[in-house]
Amino acid sequence: MNVKTIFENMTYGPAPESAQNAEQWIESHQKKFQLFIGGQWHKPSSKKYLQSVNPATEERLARIAWGGKKDVDHAVKAAKKALPGWSGLSGHQRARYLYAIARQFQKNSRLFAVLESLDNGKTIRETRDIDIPLVTRHFYYHAGWAQLQDKELADFQEVGVVGQIIPWNFPLMMLAWKIAPAIAMGNTVVLKPAELTSLTALLFAEICQQAGLPKGVVNIVTGAGDTGALLVDHPLVNKVAFTGSTRVGRIIRTNIAGSGKKVSLELGGKSPFMVFDDADLDSVVEGVVDAIWFNQGQVCCAGSRLLVQESVAKKLYKKIRARMEKLRVGSSLDKSVDIGAIVSPMQLNTIETLVKKGVEEGGTLWQPSWACPSDGFFYPPSLFTDVSPSSTIAQVEIFGPVLVAMTFRTHQEAVKLANNTRYGLAASIWTENINLALDIAPKVKAGSVWINCTNVFDAASGFGGYRESGFGREGGKEGLYEYLKPKLKLSDKPVKRAVSRRVAKSNGSLKIDRTAKMYIGGKQARPDGGYSLPVLNPGGVQIGEVGDGNRKDIRNAVEAAHSGAKWRNMSGHARAQVIYYLAENLEARKEEFIQRLVNMNGLTPAESQLEVELSIDRLFTYAAYADKYDGLVHNTLFRNVTLAMPEAIGVMALVCPQEFPLLGFISTVIPLIAMGNTVVVVPSEVAPLCATDFYQVMDTSDVPAGTINIVTGNQQALSEVLSSHFDVDGMWYFGTSDGSKVVEDAAAENMKRTWVNYGKFRDWRDSKQGCGEEFLRQATQIKNIWIPYGA
Amino acid sequence: MAVKSKSSTKSPALGSHDGQRNPGMLLDLDLIEGISINRSAVERRASTMGKRRSVKKEWQAAWLLKAVTCIDLTTLAGDDTASNVARLCAKAQQPVRQDLLEALGMSDTAITVGAVCVYHNLIRTAKEALKGTNIPIAAVSTGFPAAQNTQAQKLNEIRSSVRAGAREIDIVVSRGKVLNGDWKGLYHEVQAFREACGEAHMKTILATGELSTLTNVAKASQVCMMAGADFIKTSTGKESVNAVMPVGITMVRAIRDYYQLTGFKVGFKPAGGIRKAKEALEWLILIKEELGDEWLGPHLFRFGASSLLGDIERQLEHFVTGSYSAAYRHPMS
Repeated sequence: MNVKTIFENMTYGPAPESAQNAEQWIESHQKKFQLFIGGQWHKPSSKKYLQSVNPATEERLARIAWGGKKDVDHAVKAAKKALPGWSGLSGHQRARYLYAIARQFQKNSRLFAVLESLDNGKTIRETRDIDIPLVTRHFYYHAGWAQLQDKELADFQEVGVVGQIIPWNFPLMMLAWKIAPAIAMGNTVVLKPAELTSLTALLFAEICQQAGLPKGVVNIVTGAGDTGALLVDHPLVNKVAFTGSTRVGRIIRTNIAGSGKKVSLELGGKSPFMVFDDADLDSVVEGVVDAIWFNQGQVCCAGSRLLVQESVAKKLYKKIRARMEKLRVGSSLDKSVDIGAIVSPMQLNTIETLVKKGVEEGGTLWQPSWACPSDGFFYPPSLFTDVSPSSTIAQVEIFGPVLVAMTFRTHQEAVKLANNTRYGLAASIWTENINLALDIAPKVKAGSVWINCTNVFDAASGFGGYRESGFGREGGKEGLYEYLKPKLKLSDKPVKRAVSRRVAKSNGSLKIDRTAKMYIGGKQARPDGGYSLPVLNPGGVQIGEVGDGNRKDIRNAVEAAHSGAKWRNMSGHARAQVIYYLAENLEARKEEFIQRLVNMNGLTPAESQLEVELSIDRLFTYAAYADKYDGLVHNTLFRNVTLAMPEAIGVMALVCPQEFPLLGFISTVIPLIAMGNTVVVVPSEVAPLCATDFYQVMDTSDVPAGTINIVTGNQQALSEVLSSHFDVDGMWYFGTSDGSKVVEDAAAENMKRTWVNYGKFRDWRDSKQGCGEEFLRQATQIKNIWIPYGA
Repeated sequence: MAVKSKSSTKSPALGSHDGQRNPGMLLDLDLIEGISINRSAVERRASTMGKRRSVKKEWQAAWLLKAVTCIDLTTLAGDDTASNVARLCAKAQQPVRQDLLEALGMSDTAITVGAVCVYHNLIRTAKEALKGTNIPIAAVSTGFPAAQNTQAQKLNEIRSSVRAGAREIDIVVSRGKVLNGDWKGLYHEVQAFREACGEAHMKTILATGELSTLTNVAKASQVCMMAGADFIKTSTGKESVNAVMPVGITMVRAIRDYYQLTGFKVGFKPAGGIRKAKEALEWLILIKEELGDEWLGPHLFRFGASSLLGDIERQLEHFVTGSYSAAYRHPMS
């Protein structure tokens, strides 16, 4: 086109970024890539290769090795071999390597950006301005944590060999989010990139070589889903970190249930984008662009559900449509393109199918008047209005540039709609009223809440989900714990305690106690089934009876726990007052509890006294923590306050340790409630009477109804019900090894957070094993709230 | 030497479309009070404005020529005299070297700047120098830059500038009225200015660098348009912060809202601190993206600039020759 014509019609022209260097790099490998294991390139034992395609042109880019069983085994063993050397380095020495990697990223930033665009189809603007800078930042940030580890995280150690599986939507960024914290904390890794987008991971492998990273610290095994499954299942893997679909996350969790492998899952989402009537609507429109037309909408935390206050909906839709008309779809390497290519024909097909379904179900579809390029896999930005929460497209993650809009009338309804989803990854709140914004933010179930912004990330802030969006955080100090474990030596056998030689051999001197009822919703409750279980002392003499709880008792207890709103809304200080009161009243009945332990467990009076006194001590500890375990304000990149708030998980199920009938109960129930959870607790099955005695303490200590609900009975049976209960948000289990597996397996369905003991025993008297921040961390999840400011 | 004017394009009517000037409307205070601008979000948009679009090669040359036609070539200095204003007017008529225009295939298109902008005292000089051309003279007015004189003095100043031959009047608003939320006062002030302008077109300078918040910028923009502004303009060039992208975004969005409300297109003039060709492209991208192609011409868009032209000339020569240019190769103003 000549200058004159352009002068007259003022169009945009092509603005291509050169692919030359990236193509040369691919060429220099003869368009064929091997596996990076133990610092060297190895051909796959399977001799098979996958084809990598440029989704914007459908051009074949390279062939990628398909790792098989032998290869995965080789890589895991290489990581295992490298582990002692790597974790043995000082934090400072590891920091130097991470720093060197970050420098390499900086020096090769454009090559990475172009290669990522070629391989994934995302626009060069995004890889250049968002992905690669975040990758570099992640390594710098975690170089810092490696440096500080010895000082700041002295009670923790590395987990070991980590198997990491990442998705195709942010290939390099997800690599950085996985590898940087893992190796910073002294772990070694085997990473499996997504089969569609492995190239930047392979370039990263070369960077590791250039940075002189010790062999085997990072291993890259490319391949398909079966390669990932082999990695997850490998017995030498100590931790699995996965980002991807909820479906696959569930399979992974089920497969490793009970194995003792640590796991973090970052899964799908259907994040609400909430617009209140006083929002700056033009800014909202750009927010929508960043929310759902970022990375073609292939973003797990995409703001894909637009919830608009009814009074401004029409106006906003009009503005959004006008903006959509101006979006440009096209070649990923064109610098004037907003939306690049969909990663694969399969994904394109998924999007098309769901959009079709949306239309069939009565949604009104709007797409811009212009057409997408015909070569390559493209899909236009799309807006659905007239959608109800029951529509498929309002529930299912589309993972494409498709926005689904609904309206709300009141703030309460907005929150209800926002939380009417199985997911809980992110939320965006748009209002000019800070009171409203900060009212809504804690009410939305999501790991990241963005106020008047969206899809902003930084290494200093933890990212991760609630509910079926998975668990664990990536980034921030909170993210480090995913790659650490406490330096504790837990025993395979119960702790030896001082037992009295004179255990009552008959109940002649003991009168049979009343049958202890359950405690549900602040009231004593008879067991639904109408059965009782005998409680025997170590001599086999019946000293009492408790209700034999069944699934209906659990159902009732969970409902009661959900109605315990009073407790959840109390301030930390107010909760502390109640917990101190519990301590006070336990102190008043100290002799009675000592006697109970002597009679029920046959402990010496001195050992019994110690257990009761430590229980009081622990109540004090968690009362103290109730208003002190608070969050952080993260130091993120742009002008905003990023609040990392520990929030109660919600309704927690708890299966107490069998031993330590009082101290085990107190040491697990109290940290949970101190953080604002309500609990359904199954006390020690063999020695439940301390727990049932305790409700009399609760009754006199102003504990609101529904805060602590006690169901006695068979721990195994009850934990099965609890772990598969969809309305239980999290579960702690201190029982058997088999029981741990059952819990983890069942919890995979609704992705509840679990903390199980794999049959190991704690000495609950020990202040490190029986008490501390680990309990509080497990009782909470971190929500990051981003609050930009400026007038 | 005065350059002969070209006969081809007629200078378009300023701030109008289809011959219709913005007549203004009744002050709608509810609308004004409802405006709230989120600075962080606007800044985020601003930071990507020049990164989401890139204009290269022929497109860049054409866009830069378009930018030239939108320049209000300006001198507003205490030491302005007839000689430098005459030079400015000469440059206004031939802003780009003829050989470059030929190489660009644009020799048959009249490329002049949008207007020449001067203080009142120099209107007559400029009028003389621009005789026979269609290039309008814009005069800054109403106690430019601080607006700290009486309303009567301001109105007199406008009238005498119009009488002297200014076809465009760049008025400055009373910042105090904005800062105190005296929207009624601002409305009446600007309405009176508009009346005093008569046939001359009115550009309303908000001096955004002194308005404290983007919300104030948006509210003041809206009030001025309601009062009948043909253009709204960011700055006098004398404030410490002048034409910056977040302010530009806020103002063009106000123009869009006003257009949707009334059907009248108001023009936009960023002024002060725009010195680089690359910045000019970013402003044009802003206009194309937020307002649309109809605004991409001197009738609805102007740059208030003095040194921008020099950089554009150098970039154009680079496009034509492939070699980086130097300032001395282009005639000065």
